[in-house]
Amino acid sequence: MTSTTLTTGKQEILPPPTERYTVLGWIRKNLFGSWFDGILTIVGLAFIIYAGVGSLRWAFTSARWSVITDNFALFMKGQYPLEQVWRLWVGLYLLAFVVGLLWGVFVRQRSFTAWVLLGAPVLFALIVLIIGGSGGWLSLLLVDVLAVAGWALARWQPQRTRRAAITLLILYFPLLILIIRGFGAEGFLSLVPTNLWGGLLLSLLIAVVGIVFSFPFGVLLALGRQSQLRAVKTLCVIYIEFIRGVPLITLLFMGQVMLPFFLPSNVVIDRVIRAMVAVILFAAAYLAENVRGGLQAIPKGQYEAADAIGLNGFQKMTYIILPQALRAVIPVLVGQFIGLFKDTSLVALVGLLDLLGIARGVLANPNYIGRQIEVYVFVALVYWVFSYSMSYGSRRLEVALGVGER
Amino acid sequence: MSEPIIICRDVHKWYGQFHALRGVSMEVQKGEVIVIFGPSGSGKSTFIRTINRLEEHQRGTIIVDGIELSHDVRNIAAIRREVGMVFPQFNLFTGLPVLHNITLGPIQVRKWKKEKAEEIAMQLLERVGIPEQAHKYPGQLSGGQQQRVAIARALAMQPKIMLFDEPTSALDPEMIKEVLDVMVELAKTGMTMLVVTHEMGFARAVADRMFFFDQGVIVESGTPKEIFENPKEERTKLFLSQILHH
Ligand SMILES: Nc1ncnc2c1ncn2[C@@H]1O[C@H](COP(=O)(O)OP(=O)(O)O)[C@@H](O)[C@H]1O
Ligand SMILES: [Mg+2]
Repeated sequence: MTSTTLTTGKQEILPPPTERYTVLGWIRKNLFGSWFDGILTIVGLAFIIYAGVGSLRWAFTSARWSVITDNFALFMKGQYPLEQVWRLWVGLYLLAFVVGLLWGVFVRQRSFTAWVLLGAPVLFALIVLIIGGSGGWLSLLLVDVLAVAGWALARWQPQRTRRAAITLLILYFPLLILIIRGFGAEGFLSLVPTNLWGGLLLSLLIAVVGIVFSFPFGVLLALGRQSQLRAVKTLCVIYIEFIRGVPLITLLFMGQVMLPFFLPSNVVIDRVIRAMVAVILFAAAYLAENVRGGLQAIPKGQYEAADAIGLNGFQKMTYIILPQALRAVIPVLVGQFIGLFKDTSLVALVGLLDLLGIARGVLANPNYIGRQIEVYVFVALVYWVFSYSMSYGSRRLEVALGVGER
Repeated sequence: MSEPIIICRDVHKWYGQFHALRGVSMEVQKGEVIVIFGPSGSGKSTFIRTINRLEEHQRGTIIVDGIELSHDVRNIAAIRREVGMVFPQFNLFTGLPVLHNITLGPIQVRKWKKEKAEEIAMQLLERVGIPEQAHKYPGQLSGGQQQRVAIARALAMQPKIMLFDEPTSALDPEMIKEVLDVMVELAKTGMTMLVVTHEMGFARAVADRMFFFDQGVIVESGTPKEIFENPKEERTKLFLSQILHH
């Protein structure tokens, strides 16, 4: 201990020194710290400029983007009928409201909230562009208004909305599928068969369904693997190790090609559903291993304390162990979800028309021969926007939940 | 004398091949304060942890508040409701604020209303002297404060018996007193307490009986007066001289 902290009477309490940088000082410290750093900086800069200028020149002069603009609706939603696009909007409205509610209930950070309220319109503007047409700006406005309304409601009545928000979240996904798919030959929500779903819409649906359903399944598998019951444990281990031992594409092929041989001929399972199931089964095994890592990081004392106050096994897991374990593995799980989102592009190989499938379809059109670069750059960009948003969102979520602080 | 609230008869416990408890028998009356001491590794923790089934004994009988500990989970649950425990490393639920640490058991196990549980939790925090910390997380408290929260958490279940496993062993010297003070107050209320500790001042002040453990057996027992002034066994004498004049 230093004398400053001991003599309280005489010495004044000072604020910590602030480091001040000038721009030049920053450049010298970070980019030209030594002659080797200097060389790296210059070489790196030269490369960035060379590649950047080349790409920009290509993008603005020789690239012919008409292949994208002409087929934009196709890329975004496949053959989903235009007069039914309002249903996708309804799905978005509901989502906005649920997210707003959850936000108000769970996120305590002001600056973050401000960021989202500002950022959301921009994001939604993007989505408007993506879904295109019909509703336009009015629909966009409604999405934002609903999100803010949900948030305000949750802020106003946090205790009461908490349970409602979680229930809505759970109900949302079945409801979304119902709205998008519909039922009955005609009428209000007429059936839009899944072979008409396509493009980004299909990619997102497969990813979202995959994430939402693999999550509880993966958590159960992780718990099963830790179970005292031998049979349960063995089953879980066999499942996890089997799935982890095969590539996703083989599961997709099994689902598309082999499954029909095993089913009675009058049972037909939708192809999109088969792909979704394969993705869920696949993701759950990896998720289980990640969650298990989180579980193993929980000190024994937490279990003992829970036992000592008389919690039963279920209460112990839901109130003490799982929240801590899951919070600890959020970064890993988000990484896995991003991977899953990108992996959905494999369904193109079994003939589904997701974003990549549509891209291949467009390129097969003789009108667009030789436009591979434009199309694949566009597809990559769309994947990047979504993956990066997820990754950014998760980092903010970690801050909001205080991961690593307690 | 009435029926003892804890009866242990010839309790044995093995860890693999290692014989950790080799026939421990003890009867505790309602309202008694028992201090258990002895060298490290002598089985003190193992013994008090068998009483609420954090460790399973393999031979002998343990009866707590008239219920025999067996493989029947209902018996185990019933006993755990009546027995509170305080650990050397506090073991607070790190993901929950202090108040929730205390109310979780009453709400989930005793099925109390949240308002009632929180009211009683605040009274307990008042009693252990840290009501202002109710909304912090355990990691933001000092060791002494954490241990006092742990005591409040155990008391919130309104147990008939409290087990303390070296509650001050992980604390800095200046914090030991604040925890012992709480325990002394608790002893005055007539709580039945089993305390593993080497704080001999505490033992002298509040213990009704003391038990000296060594190598998995009770070597000697008696009132604090008998143990401190007139220990019969050589091992007890040696151990006491070590911890009293180090
Ligand atoms: N989980 C365990 N596995 C194996 N041996 C253990 C375990 N817990 C305790 N022991 C052993 O049992 C003996 C008694 O331990 P313990 O009851 O913790 O002693 P004390 O609390 O008196 O220091 C020690 O020799 C210790 O090494
Ligand atoms: Mg011990």
